[in-house]
Amino acid sequence: MTALATAVPQTASTPLVEMRDVSIAFGGIKAVDGVSIDLYPGEVVGLLGHNGAGKSTLIKILSGAYAADHGEIRVNGEPVHITSPRDAKRCGIETIYQTLALADNVDAAANIFLGREKLTAWGTLDDHAMEAEARKVMGRLNPHFRRFKEPVKALSGGQRQSVAIARAIHFDARVLIMDEPTAALGPAETRQVGELVKQLKQEGIGIFLISHDIHDVFDLADRIHVMKNGKLVGTARVADVTQDEVLGMIILGKCPPGAVPGPGATA
Amino acid sequence: MAEPSTTLSPAPPAEAPAGRRAGIGDALRALELDTRMVGMIGALAIVWIGFDILTGGAFLTPRNLWNLSVQTASVGVMATGMVLVIVTRNIDLSVGSILGFTGMVVGVLQARFLPEIWGFDNPLTWVMAVLAAVAVGGAVGAVQGAIIAYLGVSSFIVTLGGLLVWRGAAWWVTTGQTVAPMDGLFKRLGGGFEGAIGAGPSWAVGIAAVLLSVAAILVTRRRRAGFGFPVRPLWAEGVVILLVAAAIVGAVLVVNSYPLPVPVVRRMMEAQGLSTDGGLPFVAHGFAIPVLIALAVGVGMTFLSRRTRFGRYVFAIGGNPEAAELSGINTRRVMVMVFGLMGALCGLSACIATARLNAATNANGTLDELYVIAAAIIGGTSMAGGVGTILGAMLGAMVMQSLQSGMVLLGVDAPMQNIVVGLVLVAAVYVDTLYRRGLK
Repeated sequence: MTALATAVPQTASTPLVEMRDVSIAFGGIKAVDGVSIDLYPGEVVGLLGHNGAGKSTLIKILSGAYAADHGEIRVNGEPVHITSPRDAKRCGIETIYQTLALADNVDAAANIFLGREKLTAWGTLDDHAMEAEARKVMGRLNPHFRRFKEPVKALSGGQRQSVAIARAIHFDARVLIMDEPTAALGPAETRQVGELVKQLKQEGIGIFLISHDIHDVFDLADRIHVMKNGKLVGTARVADVTQDEVLGMIILGKCPPGAVPGPGATA
Repeated sequence: MAEPSTTLSPAPPAEAPAGRRAGIGDALRALELDTRMVGMIGALAIVWIGFDILTGGAFLTPRNLWNLSVQTASVGVMATGMVLVIVTRNIDLSVGSILGFTGMVVGVLQARFLPEIWGFDNPLTWVMAVLAAVAVGGAVGAVQGAIIAYLGVSSFIVTLGGLLVWRGAAWWVTTGQTVAPMDGLFKRLGGGFEGAIGAGPSWAVGIAAVLLSVAAILVTRRRRAGFGFPVRPLWAEGVVILLVAAAIVGAVLVVNSYPLPVPVVRRMMEAQGLSTDGGLPFVAHGFAIPVLIALAVGVGMTFLSRRTRFGRYVFAIGGNPEAAELSGINTRRVMVMVFGLMGALCGLSACIATARLNAATNANGTLDELYVIAAAIIGGTSMAGGVGTILGAMLGAMVMQSLQSGMVLLGVDAPMQNIVVGLVLVAAVYVDTLYRRGLK
C-alpha cells in the first residue's frame, strides 16, 4: 500500500475510493486475489486486462453486485460496507455496466429513476416530474433525444447508452465506474463519451474506466491498474509508460521500470 | 452521445404538432389509444355480435350480459393478480386450489365457527369472512412467494406443488364435506337478485365513475401542460371523455333494464305492505355486487401497477431482472409481495365463488388456474415477461366467459366447448405474436 501511495504523488491526500487487499472466489477459483487499487478526485483511472483477468469482477464488488470474501473498501478514507447496489449508491458510487443494465420494457425516465423514483405528496409515482428531469439530463447528453414515451428497447445503441449514463450522473455521483463504455459505439459516439469523461473529471468526479482498448485508456486516463489472472500486475501513471510496455503488463504480467509492481507481476 | 440526426426515428405521435389532422391515421394517433386494447375490444365485439346472430338475438340481452358479468367476476379478480405474476416472468398454477382452500376456510368460519360465538346472520360475519379469506389467501401466496424468491425454486414447481397441496388441504378442512348454506349477507357477494344494488344506486355508481374518470383525465392534462409537455389536442381529449362516459352509461343502462323476477317483486311489495293488485312495477337488478368488487379490484390493481413504486418494480423486474437488482431494487421482497397479492386475490375470489354457489365445496375453483392464466394471456400479458395490463386481462376473462356462455346458449357439448376455448387461446397468442413482430 505504501508503495502505491508514494508512486502516485497527488495533491489530494485521501483517495476518493480505496480497495485494499480485496479477494473473491467462485467455486474455488479466485477471480480476484488480493487486489488493492485507489482513485483520487478528478482522476480517471484505467483498469486494464484480458477477458477473465478479473477487472469486471473487481468493479462489481465496488458497485455492490458481488460481496467480497475478503478485503476492505474505503470511501474518503472511511471504511464502508458495500453488500448491495444500494450501499454503493449511498456512497456516491455509480456504475455504467457493459450490458447497460436497462429495463427494456419501460421508458427512459423510468430507467433513469429506477430504484430512486420521485413520488408525489400522496406517495404515488410522479412520472411528470421524472420526465421533466429526464428531459433536462438527456438534453445535456443527447440534445436530439425526443423519444421519452417509448420503452428503451425501441432506442438505438447510442441512445440507450445515453440513458445509462444519464442514470449514473444524475444523482450527484462522486465515483463513476464505466465498464467498456465504448464497446458498442461508433467513432462519433465514442468521441462523445470521451468529451463527457473530460467534463465529469473537471467537476471533480473520480472515474474508473474499464476497457481492453489500450488506445482509449491512453487518451483518457491519468493512471492505469493492470490485472492478470485475478491479481494486480502493477500500477503506473500513463505519462511514465509506453503502450508497448502496458501491453507487456497485460499479456506477460511483466512490470516495466515506470510502473509500481503488484503481487501479480512476474519476476 | 448526440445521435446523428439522420438515425433519429420520426418523432412519436405525442410530439406531433397539435391540430394537424390530415387523415384518420393522424386523428387516431392524436387520441393516443392503445391499439392492442382497441383490438381486444374489437375481438370481444365480434364474439358478442357473432353469438347474438347465431342464437337469434339471445346473447345481447340485458339478462345474458348481466349473468356474463357475474360469471366473469371470480376469474377476472384473479386474472389481475396473474398479470403481475406473469409480468415478473413467473407463473402461478395454484390459484384454483388456493381458492378452494380459502373457500372452505371461510365456509367453516361463517357457517359453523362464528355462529357459535354471535349467532346466525350477525352483520359482522361477512366482514370477518372476507377479511379471513384475504388474509389466509395472502399468507398462502406469500409463503409460496418466499420459497420462490429466497430458496430459488422455480415458480412453476412451487405452484404445481401448491396446486396439489392446497386442494388436499381444502379436503382436510371438513374431510370432504360440503358446507352450506352461507351467511345471508355474505351470499350477496355472489350476485343473484339479493346481490344486486338496484337502479338508483347503479346510476349513482355510474355517475361517480364518469366524474372520477373525467377528473383523472383533466388532472393529468393539466400536470403535463404545467411541465410544458405535449398534450392531446382538445378535441381528442373530448372524444376520449365521451367514449369513457358512453361505456359507463351504457353499462348502467344494460344492468338497469334487467328486471327482477315477478315473484321476487311481489314478495318485496308484500313485505312493504303494498298492494299488488294494480300490476307489478318494473324493478331492475342494477349492478351485481361481485361485478362491482371485480371492477374495484381492476381499478385498484391498475393504480398499483401504474402509479406506485411496487408496480414500477414489478415491470422493471420483468423487463430485466438483473438490471432491477443492480438498480438497488429488493427484487426478492417484490416477488414475495406479488405472490402474496395473488393469494389475497384468490381469497377474494373464493368469497365470490363460495357466495355464488351458496356452499363451500372442496372442488370449488378446480381448473380455475387455467382460465385465469388464459385470461391474462389472451389479454396481452407476455409470457416472456415485462408486458401486460390489468384491463387487458379483465377483457380476456370476459372473452373466455363469453365464448363459454355463447356455446352454452347454442347447446354446444361440454367437450366441444373445451376444444374451442383451447384453440382460441392458442390462436390469440399467435395473433399477438404477429402483432408484436409487426411493431418491430
